[in-house]
Amino acid sequence: MQISSMHFKARATQKLADPDLREALNGLKQRFVPGRAAVIAELDNFEEIREAAAEIRRRTLEHLDFFLETFERKATERGAVVHWAQTWQEANDIVLKIARDNGVRKAVKSKSMVSEECALNDALEGAGIEVVETDLGEYILQLGREPPSHIIAPVIHKTRDQVSDLFAEKHATPRKTDIGELTREARERLRPHFLQADMGITGANFVVAETGSTLIVTNEGNGRMATTLPRVHVAITGIEKVVPTLEDLATLLRLLPRSATGQSISNYVSVTTGTRGDDEIDGPQAFHIILLDAGRSRILASEFRDILRCIRCGACMNHCPVYQSVGGHAYGWVYPGPMGSVLTPNYIGLENALDLPHAATLCNQCGVVCPVKIPLPELLRKLREKQYERGLRPKRERAALRCWSFLAAHPRLYGWVTGAAARVLSWMGGDRKRIASLPFGRGWTEGRDLPAPEGETFRALYARRGAR
Amino acid sequence: MTSARDRVLASVRTALGRSDPLSEAQTKIMRTYLAEHPVGPRPQLDWEPVARFSERARLLSSTVEEVAALEAVPAAVAAYLRAHALPLQAIVWPQFERLDWSHAGVSVAARKAQDQDMVGITGCFCAIAETGTLLTLSGADAPPSTSLLPETHIAIVPCARIVRSMEDAWALVRSERGALPRATNFISGPSRTADIEQTLVLGAHGPYRVHVVLVRS
Repeated sequence: MQISSMHFKARATQKLADPDLREALNGLKQRFVPGRAAVIAELDNFEEIREAAAEIRRRTLEHLDFFLETFERKATERGAVVHWAQTWQEANDIVLKIARDNGVRKAVKSKSMVSEECALNDALEGAGIEVVETDLGEYILQLGREPPSHIIAPVIHKTRDQVSDLFAEKHATPRKTDIGELTREARERLRPHFLQADMGITGANFVVAETGSTLIVTNEGNGRMATTLPRVHVAITGIEKVVPTLEDLATLLRLLPRSATGQSISNYVSVTTGTRGDDEIDGPQAFHIILLDAGRSRILASEFRDILRCIRCGACMNHCPVYQSVGGHAYGWVYPGPMGSVLTPNYIGLENALDLPHAATLCNQCGVVCPVKIPLPELLRKLREKQYERGLRPKRERAALRCWSFLAAHPRLYGWVTGAAARVLSWMGGDRKRIASLPFGRGWTEGRDLPAPEGETFRALYARRGAR
Repeated sequence: MTSARDRVLASVRTALGRSDPLSEAQTKIMRTYLAEHPVGPRPQLDWEPVARFSERARLLSSTVEEVAALEAVPAAVAAYLRAHALPLQAIVWPQFERLDWSHAGVSVAARKAQDQDMVGITGCFCAIAETGTLLTLSGADAPPSTSLLPETHIAIVPCARIVRSMEDAWALVRSERGALPRATNFISGPSRTADIEQTLVLGAHGPYRVHVVLVRS
């Protein structure tokens, strides 16, 4: 996927002015947020399970090499071929080689964010292989040549009307407006692709060390199709996705669908282990698994290790006031929202994603809902510190911070300056007690008024009351 | 030249502050963990499993009925198909081919599913009460495509095979099968999508309908 994370501010401003997007994003607050809350309440010991899930992920990361090697051995024993890739390019090259070796002309894909990282579709198309996205959301995006804007609900930025127009144009069929009919039309278009495809490409929500299995969690059934019908199955995933045992998986699966879509379980949890048995009548004959690093081991070595616990549920973005307002495209790469604002700078370089650590209010909604307890606001703050240390923030901001730090270190001067500022701002507020525009704060006052202070600082008030 | 495998593993080890694989003592701890595969914390599971399974399956938009014995399944299936104006034709898992389908007026074929098949009849390895989920294990007599391609999926579930949780299902797989088959499928109701405006639609790529026939004995 093209990287445009440098332009968050400009894009966010643009997105805020888009009424269709505002309408589309309503679904987050109306469905995802209450949906999650309702199914979390089903678990009488949610916090205990959450702590156990975080511990499973922590333990795995601390012994990652051991669990990866165990996984590789078990998967190989069952007839899968395990490949390792250090970069996105290497991963794409492996997929292309498998395709060439097996005479693949058409591939169907189940949703995979790792393949979005790699821009795998472009690589396949470049090699003359037809690739069809089969998740309804991803299919809509492929038709419209757009990137996903959410890791779970990739077309959350689109309204039904926009999908109606797109299908009418691309399918050359009468325009339908009923969501059920639109879904049926996509089903009928995609079914032949499943039946004709030579290769099924999926991601993996987890891979299990104990059994050498990969697994995907889906609702539509396209993941099952892609792992059942084509003669070759390729699963591509990050090295951090390994879990030790099937029991650990059960713990994580109590949290993943609940946190993601507000379901107590997803429709299909499909675990694939090795290749088809001699006496089986369906299922692929070849199974390839690609384990991708592409920055993950670098994160493992850094103070951002906690982000590798992420199980890609999307709860952090669903609950983020910034994401809820601007949607996922503003973030400019594969992973949006709070988890994306931590991952993207780590994957593509802090200097290429300057705004992202600031695309948050640090309200900690994300931290509260994260099923594996990733301290997202703390990680974002660390990224901000790193930016400051490396001189990556604008001169004006740095100067302002230096002034503030000087003031904060000189209490009497601080008292005098804030006292003066409170009086000036109070006077500016006038009878309405609101400030509509500020010389150095236009960005803030553009969308709303600043309530004017009462004319006295907290310190002054405290001194007066304390003296009583 | 080193392989990508060696380079990835080397950078993982460097990241973890080691230059070598895990120490023998640490490896032993991890191996024991894998061998013992301890069960994590579970929510309260103190309901009656069959009632809970039925309740949860219905919440997931499956339909559920109960019959006394396996012999009664063909008649129940025929009645269901007639009630939904569905064709009295189905593909079945080979293990159910021998039931008396013709007496009930249903013609069945035990083969790999094709696009035009309208009804697929399967069994299950077990079912999970906590979430109303079916678990199928692929094999010669249990092809996965039967529960996937047809628009209607009918599942035969003996009440005795309903376990409480996914952990219990794994325990049963371990004790009865030892290893996982190629495809281990947890199925929870008809296929669905909410990709367009978060509006739920049943029947995305898989079945529109899942009907569970519980068998008491």
